[in-house]
Amino acid sequence: MRVACPFCGDRDRREFTVQGDDTSLRRPGRDAGPLAWHDYVHLRDNPAGRLHEIWHHDPCGAWVVVERDTVTHAVHGVTLAREAAR
Amino acid sequence: MRYSGLRLIREGLRGNAGWTRAWRDPVPRPDYDAIVIGGGGHGLSTAYYLARNHGITNVAVLEKGYLGGGNVGRNTTIVRANYFLPGNSEFYSHSLKLWEGLEAELNYNVMHSQRGLINLFHSDGQRDAFVRRGNAMAAQGDDAILLDREGVREHLPYLDFDNARFPIHGGLLHPRGGTARHDAVAWGYARGADRRGVDLIQNCEVTGIDVEGSRVVGVQTTRGPIRAPKVGIVVAGRSSQVAAMAGMRLPIESHILQAFVTEGLKPVIHHVISFGMGHFYISQSDKGGLVFGGDLDFYASYAARGNLPMVEHVMEAGMTLMPMIGRARVLRSWGGIMDMSPDGSPIIDRTHIDGLFLNCGWNYGGFKAVPASGWCMAHLMATGQPHAVAARFRLDRFATGRGIMDEEGTGAQHSLH
Amino acid sequence: MRVPGRGLTQDARLVPFTFDGKGHAGRDGDTLASALMGEGVRLVARSFKYHRPRGVLSAGSEEPNALVTVEGVPNTRATVQEIWDGMSARSQNAWPSLAIDAMGVNDLLDPFLGAGFYYKTFMWPRTLWERLYEPVIRRAAGLGRLSGHADDAPFEKAWAHCDLLVIGAGPAGLMAALVAARAGADVILADEGARMGGRLLAEVDPVEGRAPHLWADGVVAELREMPNVRLLPRTTVTGAYDGGTYGALERVGLHRAPVAHRPVECFWRIVAKRAVLAAGAIERPLAFPDNDRPGVMLAGSVRTYLNRWGVVPGPRIAVYGNNDDAHRTARDLAAAGLKVAALIDTRGEARIEEAGFPVMTGARVVGTRGRLGLAAVTVEGVGGRREFEVDGLAVSGGWSPAVHLTCHLGGKPAWDERLQAFLPREGAVPGLVACGAANGVFSTAGCLRDGLRAAGESLEALGLAVPPVEVPEAEGEAGTVGPFVLASGGRQFVDFQNDVTVKDIRLSAQEGFQSVEHMKRYTTLGMATDQGKTSNVPALAVLAEALGSPVASTGTTTFRPPYTPVSISAMGAGGQGVGFAPQRLTTSHQAALQRGAPMIEAGLWYRPSYFPRPGELSWRQACDREVAMVRHSVGVCDVSTLGKIDVQGPDAAAFLDFVYSNTMSTLPVGKVRYGLMLREDGFVMDDGTCARLGLQHYVVTTTTAAAAQVMRHLDFVAQVLRPDFDVQCVSVTEQWAQVSIAGPWSREMVQAVVEADLSDERLPYMGCAEAAVLGVPGRVFRISFSGERAYEIAVPARYGASLWRLLVAQAESLGGGAYGLEALNVLRIEKGFITHAEIHGRTTAFDIGMERMVAKGKDCVGWASSRRPGLLDENREQLVGLRPLVRTGQITAGAHLYGRDAAAMRENGQGYVTSACWSPTFETALGLGFLKGGRARHGEVVRLVDAMRAVETLVEVTEPVFLDPEGGRMRG
Repeated sequence: MRVACPFCGDRDRREFTVQGDDTSLRRPGRDAGPLAWHDYVHLRDNPAGRLHEIWHHDPCGAWVVVERDTVTHAVHGVTLAREAAR
Repeated sequence: MRYSGLRLIREGLRGNAGWTRAWRDPVPRPDYDAIVIGGGGHGLSTAYYLARNHGITNVAVLEKGYLGGGNVGRNTTIVRANYFLPGNSEFYSHSLKLWEGLEAELNYNVMHSQRGLINLFHSDGQRDAFVRRGNAMAAQGDDAILLDREGVREHLPYLDFDNARFPIHGGLLHPRGGTARHDAVAWGYARGADRRGVDLIQNCEVTGIDVEGSRVVGVQTTRGPIRAPKVGIVVAGRSSQVAAMAGMRLPIESHILQAFVTEGLKPVIHHVISFGMGHFYISQSDKGGLVFGGDLDFYASYAARGNLPMVEHVMEAGMTLMPMIGRARVLRSWGGIMDMSPDGSPIIDRTHIDGLFLNCGWNYGGFKAVPASGWCMAHLMATGQPHAVAARFRLDRFATGRGIMDEEGTGAQHSLH
Repeated sequence: MRVPGRGLTQDARLVPFTFDGKGHAGRDGDTLASALMGEGVRLVARSFKYHRPRGVLSAGSEEPNALVTVEGVPNTRATVQEIWDGMSARSQNAWPSLAIDAMGVNDLLDPFLGAGFYYKTFMWPRTLWERLYEPVIRRAAGLGRLSGHADDAPFEKAWAHCDLLVIGAGPAGLMAALVAARAGADVILADEGARMGGRLLAEVDPVEGRAPHLWADGVVAELREMPNVRLLPRTTVTGAYDGGTYGALERVGLHRAPVAHRPVECFWRIVAKRAVLAAGAIERPLAFPDNDRPGVMLAGSVRTYLNRWGVVPGPRIAVYGNNDDAHRTARDLAAAGLKVAALIDTRGEARIEEAGFPVMTGARVVGTRGRLGLAAVTVEGVGGRREFEVDGLAVSGGWSPAVHLTCHLGGKPAWDERLQAFLPREGAVPGLVACGAANGVFSTAGCLRDGLRAAGESLEALGLAVPPVEVPEAEGEAGTVGPFVLASGGRQFVDFQNDVTVKDIRLSAQEGFQSVEHMKRYTTLGMATDQGKTSNVPALAVLAEALGSPVASTGTTTFRPPYTPVSISAMGAGGQGVGFAPQRLTTSHQAALQRGAPMIEAGLWYRPSYFPRPGELSWRQACDREVAMVRHSVGVCDVSTLGKIDVQGPDAAAFLDFVYSNTMSTLPVGKVRYGLMLREDGFVMDDGTCARLGLQHYVVTTTTAAAAQVMRHLDFVAQVLRPDFDVQCVSVTEQWAQVSIAGPWSREMVQAVVEADLSDERLPYMGCAEAAVLGVPGRVFRISFSGERAYEIAVPARYGASLWRLLVAQAESLGGGAYGLEALNVLRIEKGFITHAEIHGRTTAFDIGMERMVAKGKDCVGWASSRRPGLLDENREQLVGLRPLVRTGQITAGAHLYGRDAAAMRENGQGYVTSACWSPTFETALGLGFLKGGRARHGEVVRLVDAMRAVETLVEVTEPVFLDPEGGRMRG
């Protein structure tokens, strides 16, 4: 599997650490309540299909959002998490 | 038909024409007392124990593919009871006891073999963690023996004691740990359930769960609607999709775990060996193949196949631990889809819908759990109450923070367990 | 037997080798299989289950029978292994000899050893399974034998990148590679064989008017000269993976005598923008009784042995097939002057034709004779049964395209009824195009054209123009193929290695194992070392017949990597010994070794355990002395392994407030604060110190083990959770060497090297300063992990070793010295400081008594989850100190805690011990642990049980800080 780091270009999967889906882009406020926090920390859509994931490119330190299909493993896009988060 | 050596001889002499089907191929009926979605190891054992322990035989197991085609048919076949957190401890202990009588129970040779499992450690800190584990096993009534380096050498002289990157300090031996023939477990339960009247329906995919009010009333399938007042979801690997049919969002991520087998070799490894520092575990099958595996690929996947980085990592771990296997050739690699939960422990619980029960989140420990999982799931479906040894596998533990069982201590990042 | 005037290697020099100790000679370029055949050896192996005598079936890696041990390496395919001077090969799975194999008795028991027999027996009595049945089965199973020892032969891994990977160098692959190379693409051409050319080396039909191998040689020569082409002969592409990545195994040294430093094999990771699969096709046998005798071979392979190597299994050969291709074998044999006993074709009206040899159509082979090698075949056709005395039988059940790689990403091949074969599905592997025989195109001319097409498609995708290329003239008839046939009765083998017969497959269907996966798993068909390359399609045909359904609906089992088996040494190259993980060394590593310190692993780092002195007999003596040094004079310890992260920016303070549970924005410049980081689920992630060097500049330390994780986490917070913060984080762990100086004399010692005022007024406890250290810009932190007055000095890493040497020498002159991890651990336990033994991922700030460090007035990672009721339950296990009631009492880490009189059962568990030591300061064992509701139980006596070490001790529960709870010693 290969992912194009926006800074470094096309790189092998072994250069990356995968965090999980992109739930973390939608972190609730501190006082959003237990339900919202349970949802955020534990529950996942876990789709069989397209998924936005948060990956870390270890050599350069960039966190990126990878759009990837969990059935075919095809990578459909990569953006900087910093930009996606804004 | 009862299996035995004598029967084998008798049928052999008669040209083997007398063997009957291991299970029927029934047409689904319109309604049942209970439906188990999923014809894997857990689903089949659930159906078996519904019939055997609770007399509920009007049961259908609905399988979208072929029986035992999921993770029960693609794992590294390890059976052990070496957990240390309350909740897991008693459950896996119960499971191991069921394993120990499984051949007689099922009249099927699942080749359960207690070859002994050794967990290696490489530092004082790891040693102490394994001592804690061993003490938990002892307190549960199970067996564990602490080995020092020389003790490990006695059992496993072929490990690299001199040059390995992480020198071996010792190990925790679990004599009753071992392996079993994975497919046979599924087939044995299938045959046993079928003999007790359970309908095993293959090529029947559930496409919807029917709920009226707050009660489940049946399911929609590719072979038509089927009604039942009790429905169990036992579809690890696909739990999120099936639960979504009932409007549920689960604390589950699906991940790929690869495993490997080499060409057949004369016996060279007797034990099951687990090398935590390298995320590597290995045993040798009765057929002679070295069966081994490693860690997740770490990206979410439903593809049942993995990639080279983890393949190579696993091989490298094997080379640092026991370079004598280097010339063995890897014959086949495969991948299973793991239900990864936030604490690495499973869920066997009721849901917010009456009559709908959930069994999922086995991470990569599901194979050894097959007997007890079915036992407890059947108990839950039959009585509506959790079985004592699975009482902590609650779905709400994440929301409340009560009874979280994080054996790895890696926290609520699903992929890290 | 060698055939005069035949073969491409006929003039090559003789190469001596041995098989089962007997000397032989082959030609340079021979495989072991061709060399043995040339020597008249037909019996080369025994089968897995019935130990039936077996010979060579094929001429490639699909070989199910001819597995031998070469130079101690088991399960080597004789059909792939090239011979070299002095090579020694042995047969395997036979005792006492290949010709007389005791286990051959299994063959007589076959009525009782059918598919899945072992599931039905060996269950009674239960204890005999592990004591008798299973050991016997295990000894009987397996093929070759590993030596049991590591060998030091080198293996390698490599990366390659290209525009186009061409897999297979037969007519289609050569054509594709040639076209792509001429178009200027970066091409890698990989072929499993020693010599490129594929079937062109095995046939006689001309290409471009000359012998086909000459055309292949010409193309290879042209490619070899091109700078944009890399040829990889002896290289099998073993797997297709995501993103255009392919795994490939190159046999670098296996075909010649081993030489030190020459790799045996190299495992390639090839990243290709596009790929062409031209892997050819694999011939399959037909089923008939006793179709497995040595001398029964695939018809195409017989042609290969004849035309390429000039050898045949014997002078009299019959040919049996259901397709036109088999006729070519008869033609070539006859042309070579060999006796074709008969050409038997299953198709057509039953009749006999003469073509220089008898041709029987509408006929079938119904039996064979010959104990250790084929002697005769019985044919049923016109005029009833007839026996032919033969030395070999060339069998063809048609060809199966090598679609394997196209299925590695989950693609299912499609059944083609006309070709009686599974064909690759287009697009099954993104970027890969199948062509030639792998795509169901079987004529040479068709292959050449299809190779051109595949190259064209690939070039178009690469944005390169297709150069004008003329397709050479070649044989264009692919012929036709009939359905798979089998005889009735007898033992008709389908999977030769695993001894799966037609009967086994039928029994499987009879017992309800009807899904193709069930059939495979129940009969073990296709699970041998060849993974069903020759048996898969015949088995599906038998199963389909048994079920009365077409093959198309039966489907096929899944093809998974690797295509051919790959040694663990190759894929794990580099992992052996210390190569498995990086080794991180502190700058004082050599100096510590010089002082005799044993090293222990701490994550990827090595740290000194203790510093032995003359007269000390155990680590404990050294450790006790080092602890006393720190308590009474001064000790020096390299603490560079702790993670150091530099955090800067206008929002650095707010950022740290967000990542730490406690508040860092209120920290004055020049001060250090202990900090706790939580995970988002509310449990403790790591602890460490946070020093403020400037208004917008902090230095954060982490534990050794968590350094990388915390660094990634800080980047995660900065980039994902809070991109609104203007802050930058960078790891400076390697850039700074840091040394701790602890003990009553520490200030005097530090003052001697640091050019700054170190008075308690200027640098109080938890103060920090940037200061010159012997003229080098450095930093001083007044922090303590021992409970004593202590300082940490940081200097740029290149000065670390000299600083450490200097400080140790000074400490020794004051009666102190260097101390290691053992003493460090004792010191911190005496003081009740925690490590990852306590914050092991399941503990909260509440559990470790630091609930007040979770600031209420702000958000931070983990805050909300830490408020969950289950995480604040008073009955949770809480950190406590443990001290034995009697001085001799032992405390061991990992022990469990129970009520004083309660039995050591899970139900009674009250907690466990996380850390333990002998405390020379208090002259007793001490421990830290977690106890249910422990904070309210100080003074209570509980029972410690360590069944693993046979320790049982009554211990008193105390507060976790044993030494100087008020902290006067640290503050000074």
